Amino acid sequence: MSVLVLAESPNGQFKKAAYEAVHYGAKTAASLGGECVAVVIGPADNPADLGKYGASKVVHLADYTGGIDASSYTSIIGQVAAQVGAKVVVVNHSSTGKSIAGRVAVKMDAGVVSQVNSVPTQEDGGIVVTKPVFSGKAFAKCKVAGDKCVLSLMGNALPITEIGSACPVEAGSVDVPASSVTIKERKTVDGEVPLPEAELVVSAGRGMKGPENWGIIDDLAKTIGATTACSRPVADTGWRPHHEHVGQTGVAIRPNLYIAAGISGAIQHLAGVNSSKCIVVINKDPEAPFFKAADYGVCADLFDVVPRLTEAFKKMKAQ
Amino acid sequence: MSAIHYNIKQRQVTHMKLLVCITKTPETTAKIAFTDGDSKFDESGVQFIMNPYDEWYALVRALELKEQHGGTVTAINVGPAANDVVIRKALAIGADDAVRINAEALSAGQVAANIAAHAKDKGYDVIFTGKESIDYNGSEVGGMIAEHLNLPYVSYASHMDHDGTTATVNRDIEGGVEVVDVTGAFVLSASKGLAEQRIPNMRGIMMAKRKPMAVEEPAVTESKVSVVSYTLPEAKGGVKMIDPENMDELVRLLHEEAKVI
Repeated sequence: MSVLVLAESPNGQFKKAAYEAVHYGAKTAASLGGECVAVVIGPADNPADLGKYGASKVVHLADYTGGIDASSYTSIIGQVAAQVGAKVVVVNHSSTGKSIAGRVAVKMDAGVVSQVNSVPTQEDGGIVVTKPVFSGKAFAKCKVAGDKCVLSLMGNALPITEIGSACPVEAGSVDVPASSVTIKERKTVDGEVPLPEAELVVSAGRGMKGPENWGIIDDLAKTIGATTACSRPVADTGWRPHHEHVGQTGVAIRPNLYIAAGISGAIQHLAGVNSSKCIVVINKDPEAPFFKAADYGVCADLFDVVPRLTEAFKKMKAQ
Repeated sequence: MSAIHYNIKQRQVTHMKLLVCITKTPETTAKIAFTDGDSKFDESGVQFIMNPYDEWYALVRALELKEQHGGTVTAINVGPAANDVVIRKALAIGADDAVRINAEALSAGQVAANIAAHAKDKGYDVIFTGKESIDYNGSEVGGMIAEHLNLPYVSYASHMDHDGTTATVNRDIEGGVEVVDVTGAFVLSASKGLAEQRIPNMRGIMMAKRKPMAVEEPAVTESKVSVVSYTLPEAKGGVKMIDPENMDELVRLLHEEAKVI
């Protein structure tokens, strides 16, 4: 038995998410028995490095460049899983991972649990693992009958540490049928950590009064290396790009630190951010519901507080 | 002028067959509590709605395609008779007919298997789902239907144009969008932006009562995945208010107490 992990390498580079998935795969293999094998699809720098996070072997299919669609991913993962004898498959809960987890499960005749946040354990005739439900308002302990499952791992769910050294890399060999989906273009913001992976997020809402005032948010984000986000009304009015919208209908995030300026904290916004480890709310309205969900609150005009906070972070960094 | 007229005529005879998968969820502000030794969601006093991604984006985009190309929109739900009220709403918004698979929805896998069993010989051009349900947030059903039917799956669609043969879709991905073309039948999951919510009007509500709703027996009644128990997150310790003049203190707390920076 082994655990097969998809290590994503967007633009040929592994990001933290890939190391998280491999590390989680290694822990899963330790819990359920067997070894952790990583599969890398497309170009990637130093696939052997995945060994440091617990992979015992990497199967690399370097030829798939320029992106492939969900059915091609599924076909490849299904074949590699059969080749390495994997009964458990781990992917990230990313736009790619979410698109293929269910498909792979059907292909393998396995159960699927998405957005898992614990290492699975074997319990009388099944595999038990937890995941958030109701948009982070509760957790469910799920049981998959039998010994086959597909898990998509929630971002920032467990700390990653280097536990091994570089591992062997094999060239994989699979036969993928042609797909009727053509990827024409990928338009992404370069040089910024994508929101679902971000550890630090600075977010702002209608309290900013207009898009021209976003400089203070960018300054704060840049100072601490955070990704910027926004509330729904701000994305809807076009003040900020759609992909920055966090909340129930936008992106759900789980950073270590979420700083929200000028966001009142409607329940739909909280649904996307309430799994953050620490929430700082800056709002001049003492009645803003967001304060109830916050760890730290600053009740004052954000136009005064945000630049002051940026300076305070700069001072700390200088020390 | 005549060329344009010809094009419009061509489009109207395309006749698309569209299936929209809808599910029932607690409304977004519902109190989340559990019963039976924390093994069941406590439905008492909870208002149920059609999953917003299914209603606002998937269903409405399907209706727009029908309006553009001609065709039919069928809504499908896996659930008991109590779900009829949600299905009627889909009909009131504009679906032509509906199918209810008469079984409790046990898991994404069991729901997808039943929808696929219904759809396999019907020749749907596009099968729509919402990007996820707002209760279990699994985002699994669409991909599973696609795999059962051996169709492409295009997820997190925030924009779609369809000329009757080929669709061009913007998919939400981390930090941006991916643009894909897909030819032939496929399964699509709908994100925010795919369409604008429609409110059913009185005529729609009256007509919905006369629209056909078929009840089919389930092909699959077993589930590979079940929920053993639920837990609520630990309550927050309460907010610590910081003097707005003293941001050094906030930075110190984030560093030393919360240890997040």
